[in-house]
Amino acid sequence: MYDVIIIGAGISGCACARELSRYKLSICVLEKEEDVCCGTTKANSAIVHAGFDAACGTLMAKLNVKGNQDMEELSKELDFSFKRNGSLVVCLHEEEMPDLEALYQRGIQNGVKGLRMIDKAELVKLEPHISDDAVAALYAPTSGIVCPFGMNIAYAENAAANGVQFQFETEVAGIRRQDGNWIVKTNQGEFEGRFVVNAAGVYADTIHNMVSTKKLHITPRRGDYCLLDRSVEGFVTHTIFQLPGKYGKGVLVTPTIHGNTLVGPTAVDIEDREGTNTTQEGLEELLEKAGRTVKGLPIRQVITSFAGLRAHEDGHEFVIGEVEGAEGFIDCAGIESPGLTSAPAIGTMVAGIVKELAHAEENPDFIGTRKGMLDPKTLSMEERTALIKAKPAYGNIVCRCEMVSEGEVIDAINRPLGAKSLDGVKRRTRAGMGRCQAGFCSPRTIEILARERGVHPSEITKSGKESKIIVGVNKDAL
Amino acid sequence: MLHYDIVIVGGGPAGLAAAVSAKEHGVESILVLERDQELGGILNQCIHNGFGLHTFQEELTGPEYAGRFIEQAEKAQVAYKLNTMVLEISKDKVVTVMNGKEGMFEIQASAVILAMGCRERARGALNIPGYRPAGIYSAGTAQRLVNMEGFLPGRQVVILGSGDIGLIMARRMTLEGAKVHVVAELLPYSGGLKRNLVQCLDDFNIPLKLSHTVVDIDGKDRVKGVTIAKVDEGRKPISGTETYYPCDTLLLSCGLIPENELSQSLGVELNPVTSGPFVNECFETNVEGVFACGNVLHVHDLVDFVSKEAASAGKHAAAYVKYKGKHPAVVSKDIPIVPESGVRYTVPKTINPDRMDEKHTIRFRVDKVYKNCYISVYLGKERIIYKKRPIAAPGEMEEVIFHKELFQAVPDLSKITIKIEEA
Amino acid sequence: MEARELICIGCPMGCSLRAEIKESQVISVTGNTCRHGEEYAKKEVTNPTRIVTSSVKVEGGKLGVVSVKTREDIPKEKIFAVIKELKDVRVQAPVSIGDVIIKNVAGTGVDVVATRNN
Repeated sequence: MYDVIIIGAGISGCACARELSRYKLSICVLEKEEDVCCGTTKANSAIVHAGFDAACGTLMAKLNVKGNQDMEELSKELDFSFKRNGSLVVCLHEEEMPDLEALYQRGIQNGVKGLRMIDKAELVKLEPHISDDAVAALYAPTSGIVCPFGMNIAYAENAAANGVQFQFETEVAGIRRQDGNWIVKTNQGEFEGRFVVNAAGVYADTIHNMVSTKKLHITPRRGDYCLLDRSVEGFVTHTIFQLPGKYGKGVLVTPTIHGNTLVGPTAVDIEDREGTNTTQEGLEELLEKAGRTVKGLPIRQVITSFAGLRAHEDGHEFVIGEVEGAEGFIDCAGIESPGLTSAPAIGTMVAGIVKELAHAEENPDFIGTRKGMLDPKTLSMEERTALIKAKPAYGNIVCRCEMVSEGEVIDAINRPLGAKSLDGVKRRTRAGMGRCQAGFCSPRTIEILARERGVHPSEITKSGKESKIIVGVNKDAL
Repeated sequence: MLHYDIVIVGGGPAGLAAAVSAKEHGVESILVLERDQELGGILNQCIHNGFGLHTFQEELTGPEYAGRFIEQAEKAQVAYKLNTMVLEISKDKVVTVMNGKEGMFEIQASAVILAMGCRERARGALNIPGYRPAGIYSAGTAQRLVNMEGFLPGRQVVILGSGDIGLIMARRMTLEGAKVHVVAELLPYSGGLKRNLVQCLDDFNIPLKLSHTVVDIDGKDRVKGVTIAKVDEGRKPISGTETYYPCDTLLLSCGLIPENELSQSLGVELNPVTSGPFVNECFETNVEGVFACGNVLHVHDLVDFVSKEAASAGKHAAAYVKYKGKHPAVVSKDIPIVPESGVRYTVPKTINPDRMDEKHTIRFRVDKVYKNCYISVYLGKERIIYKKRPIAAPGEMEEVIFHKELFQAVPDLSKITIKIEEA
Repeated sequence: MEARELICIGCPMGCSLRAEIKESQVISVTGNTCRHGEEYAKKEVTNPTRIVTSSVKVEGGKLGVVSVKTREDIPKEKIFAVIKELKDVRVQAPVSIGDVIIKNVAGTGVDVVATRNN
């Protein structure tokens, strides 16, 4: 029996868990995958939006601006990577200037600080690779880039440190009301709670519709992305959007917090909620559209492509609040872009709602800060040598593209809510994230995972479930 | 700070041959830095035979070939450090390294030989659409798992790319009990050696589909199947030609890329065609005293040629140390070697008649398959080499040999041209 | 008289050979650039052979397996018989290059030897 059951360990679920752990509540997070950050949070633009996009007066606009404001302090409290690099919405056609102006005005109304219209000369100065067709741009200095894995994991680890339980590979099959509580039926048995928070991403409608006759509908909206090698770091330094209009929506070109260049996303509405496959058309579309805002994109430096799903709710609005006719069941649904940006504000809002309903008291033992993983690259040569002398594993490089040491991989595995799979290690350490895409490091990472977890290498998966990497030993079928 | 006359980055076949040669040419202070736990590099996982016919006149496996050079290096008392990663090389040749024993430290080198090898082109660089499940490996990763650890990465296999590692792995996977359904090759010809087509595919009735590529990968957790389609002359998939192959594994053998991240950081200029450094006939890059050899310079088909080039690089690095950079014989300028019609690049890029050996081998690749063509070399307008080739293919490195006396007859030469002339 | 087009696997040159055959005997070989080509063509037509490379399990070594090869080429049709005989072999470390792992493998008269140290 828990006070609160949170369904989903993505950025929303984990932000809610962490904010709720400020109160004297017993909390459990149910996640169908083997790790946190396995759905929408895993594959998106990793942008902290300034807040001029959302329609004035919407919850989306409010939480976006609030989330953006809170991000810096949060990134320090929870020790994850965040940087305000500024964004540019580029207008490519003179006749669309009124639309750019409208965007500026909307931003002002939404409370976005520092917004400024800039002319072409200044734009070229800021971004030398900007398209020759560019006319002007809307500059938003508060826009930023974040490590979505780092942020999601930071929230989860801090929640866990404050007593939140996490149940992985636990998929919700049904929810019923019983004796004034919620019984959540899963593949791992039943969980009982006074309150339920539905933070199930692209499945949030399915979960919602288990308890409400007022149906919710979410469309998985797929977006393809291409990621370029760090070798072209600095190709762009701001997040570059194309002004949406009659010439289409365009794609963004942005640096990532780790120095890669990201291009994307496309937008295709699909049925399959696990449909994270990229398509030929999508990848071609990306490169064509990126070519509108920047010139000379070094496409030979693409190291991977991937697709993510946005949880698009029909009304294109965050659906946050207690569900009518389902007492103690709180939706946190329709969280699509700017969901990552808004997460800090979403967490606070949901925690506020539950706290009121539960009459919860503050938890005096709440720990508000969390220390991230040690990154030896930030140390001086002397410090690093001292570290290696104490723990030689920090001197053995496992991932040569991202220069990740065995020590870091071990840390990632042995932390609370530690990595169980190759992807888990990758999201925590960046081993396998580089230009060879785990070609060299995966055999080593498998070996370390198996050793640290005390299992046979054939038990190690890429990302849980049936994603085994080794299927047998030589000649076993002969 | 530690000091060595020559620091060699990489203890694979190139690094070892360079070290042994530099030692033979009188340099005592040599250090080889190897990131793996043993010397030998990628040869340690290439357990098939076919190595060393040129060098040792016998057919060896990869580890045996590596073993011969390791023995030579041990005998010559070449110093080396294992499990040691080079993090950075500065322009003044300070090499920053790290290992689990000594921590992080710097070494001052008088000369540096780059011998880091290459890596495989990954799926992302190929832009293959579809899901990203487990079961997609570069051929080299599969090779390591099977040959060094004894693990099978899959049972029902499709291979994209007919590079040598892909062909070799088709046979290895078959011999270890997997079923290889097909090898698809985007180009209209194979990128691998002909002998490997015979003994790795034909011997086991594995079909090779030229002008085909993977257009979709199915399976969310583990690969369930891949779709292969024929491509047109512009390498675009032709709609309606798709075939679905149920399988649990996709191996990629789609090209190798020299690993020059360190070289770039120290200002070495790279040839965009090979992704390896431009070098002169001493295998010296544009950065004085920095040499390159092996697959970091350009990707080879035969390790025997790697050993030869590397030995030459080692010798010239030794001369660099001896003459402190100023070669006494040099009075004239380096002459550029210009690749023209059909020739994609040459190694070296320039040659200096004053400094060169009595003869020097120029290696290059052609841009497509030629039948009954001629390899021609021009000094100015005069054709000095006209070599008939029944077949020349991009998958097999070509060579011509320059004799020193050729140049003595033509003073003030401004360039040398190499081209393919069709009969 | 019949003829067979072959590609020599004697070395990585991969010469294209043409073997003229009369009454199951090779009477002439053309296209080869060295004597190995002629030998290969004769064998390939009458009794094709291959060197087999694989690995066997090792106990107590640095790695779990050690690579091996047939010291000489064996009849092509015996490839899988050789592989099956390797399946249950376990050797104790240390193993050195050239150590005999199996004598007279699959009745071929050829030994299987280790190709690396472990």
